[in-house]
Amino acid sequence: MKTLIKQANTYIDGKFQICDLMIEDDKIIKIATHIADIADRVIEAAGMHLFPGFVDLHAHLRDPGQTYKEDIVSGTKAAAKGGFTTICAMPNTDPVTDNIAAVEYIHRRAKDLGYCKVRVIGALTKGSEGKEISEMATMQSGGIVAVSDDGKCVQNARLMTNCMKYAANFELPIIIHAEDYNLAGKGQIHAGKVASRLGLSGIPALAEEVIIARDTMLAASTKVQLHIAHVSSAGALELIQNAIAKGLPISCEVTPHHLLLTEEATATFDTNMKMKPPLRSEKDRAALVKALREGLIACIATDHAPHADYEKEREFDHAPFGVIGFETAFAVIYHHLVLSGELSLERLIEVLTEAPAKLFKLDCGRLAEGKAADMVLADLNQDIHIEADNILSKSKNSPWLNQRFKGKILYTFCDGKITWQAE
Amino acid sequence: MENTPQFLGRNVFDLDDYSAEEIMYILEAAKGMKEINLREYKKIPTLRGKTICTLFVENSTRTRMSFELAASRLSADVVSFQAEVSALQKGESLQDTVYTLDAMGIDLYCIRHSSPGSPQLVHKYSGKPVINGGDGRHAHPTQALLDIFSIWEKLGDIRGLKITIVGDILNSRVVRSNLIGMKKLGAEVTVCGPRTLMPSFMEEVYGCKVQYDLQTALKDADVVMGLRMQLERQTEGLFPSLEEYTKHYVLSKDTIKFAKKDALIMHPGPMNRGIEILPEIADSQQSIIVEQVANGVAVRMALMFLILGGKA
Repeated sequence: MKTLIKQANTYIDGKFQICDLMIEDDKIIKIATHIADIADRVIEAAGMHLFPGFVDLHAHLRDPGQTYKEDIVSGTKAAAKGGFTTICAMPNTDPVTDNIAAVEYIHRRAKDLGYCKVRVIGALTKGSEGKEISEMATMQSGGIVAVSDDGKCVQNARLMTNCMKYAANFELPIIIHAEDYNLAGKGQIHAGKVASRLGLSGIPALAEEVIIARDTMLAASTKVQLHIAHVSSAGALELIQNAIAKGLPISCEVTPHHLLLTEEATATFDTNMKMKPPLRSEKDRAALVKALREGLIACIATDHAPHADYEKEREFDHAPFGVIGFETAFAVIYHHLVLSGELSLERLIEVLTEAPAKLFKLDCGRLAEGKAADMVLADLNQDIHIEADNILSKSKNSPWLNQRFKGKILYTFCDGKITWQAE
Repeated sequence: MENTPQFLGRNVFDLDDYSAEEIMYILEAAKGMKEINLREYKKIPTLRGKTICTLFVENSTRTRMSFELAASRLSADVVSFQAEVSALQKGESLQDTVYTLDAMGIDLYCIRHSSPGSPQLVHKYSGKPVINGGDGRHAHPTQALLDIFSIWEKLGDIRGLKITIVGDILNSRVVRSNLIGMKKLGAEVTVCGPRTLMPSFMEEVYGCKVQYDLQTALKDADVVMGLRMQLERQTEGLFPSLEEYTKHYVLSKDTIKFAKKDALIMHPGPMNRGIEILPEIADSQQSIIVEQVANGVAVRMALMFLILGGKA
């Protein structure tokens, strides 16, 4: 089966060019200005954009254990709609993904039923309890790409040092969710003006920064590859910049919501604006955009974190942290940062594709002959409208509900198969 | 008393939804209600047939009694729902509780809850007007109105008055609502307490002054308000001991002398005598602490009357 995509504005190694692209079965077989060969299916794509399939290093699929929030089928379906072809599943499932059987379960389910490729991140400590090192090398033989206790943070610096030494031994990257529990306390939103006004307990940026300071120091001595999840503050960026300047293998990611929203969004007690780390000040947000543009932040990750309506629909301080993000990630950033000129389209695609793939040495994120046909075809002039009724994720806890954004994904191909097609 | 349509069906989440003129209108209405409370037969038929629910998901006998007395004196029927936060956590959600109550035909809710923003939820779920009787550390607008009423009654125009509030500012919903109301009416407000009990950005958020030294904070004050200091803040690591707190922040004869002579002394209650305020001050001629309680009933009657459109 051959599919020919004609005259799309195609992202190839950092630049856009108008060309034809032919796929056969699961591979890209030819990229050229004009392809005259016969295909089974031809998509006339003039005026449209063709990107490599998006790669998400940070997602919560809730499977096994919390499948009322999401499962591998609904989660990958939502991911495909958002243009993702490879996503990395965080291990805070129930039970925690801290052993090879659990890793294999996710791989098998995703392979049999999924709408995109799912890579697994194993737990850093057993049960993510922050007490003992997980069997990460065994999980690595089962195919994990990194280890993390995301959602939790190892508080014990001695244990963290040993986790790093051990992970470095097997060349496994560690992803940290940087949060000092004592400083974060019972905090609900950023410890800023809005928290002072609403009387909600604050989570200071320092709660994130002291752990980043600690772990970049520990990483320097252990030589582990350290990736800092969902960075949210200007102070955190400064620490990461200093660490990278020393030549350490340290990287960080940012979420769409931290790039686009601030603490002001929490002023109406909307629990869909409640996540960790919290939405911070405008100064922090602006620093994140600049750092993404200039390369200090390596990639965008969704931190897709589904929660059921009845869990979010309650008193603000009793609602769980987290928001969904697969279906909106590209469009919200394109709409707000690319159209405004703050970020180039090239950079946006790079941080959604090649850059994250490179961090975890994933063989994806590029359009080239011989590569897997993981691709996104988008019409940047068309709108998407985010409504609870048209969200494919089982959970509807999106911070973007009832808003419109430019940048509609028409097709997502994963290994040459159409995994999403817009109506 | 005239009713005005602009108050009909409105919520009282906090005072930021009300203009200075509207606040003054409420105070005028409360003045009329206070007169009723001084009568031998303290009841008017104005809200006959209306049902008011006090929904208290946090203990407060005093505030609940004040709301219930206010409703009774206007001849409304009163039902009371009380629950522990823990019960509402484990069992029925706030949403289901409100659906259940609403099915019984409630016209107005008065809610106390430890979670900021919960009055907004009660309104969202019921569609009925809600008076916030205190939501966590967020807001306590009826307390602020009764405080402002008490000052206005004694000193007249609020504009230009120097008001100093002393104590655990961080944990106080009373301060937050008072700051909004008092600033709207043109007062100069200073908040004072140790840094560990002071929220960040107070000047920017409220336009008030922040002082950490009691003597400086009290200088030339027309009104001095003490706040309840809770022992549990000590175990939270916010200050070392009540003794040391008292040494630096107690309202006493020695400290109050820096304020204006005859400055009004206030406290939202319940007081910890000997900790944030000494009896020599709490029971002095300058103190209007007991009157504040009486005014609370009048202010709550005024709000219920205005919101439910009672006929005088």
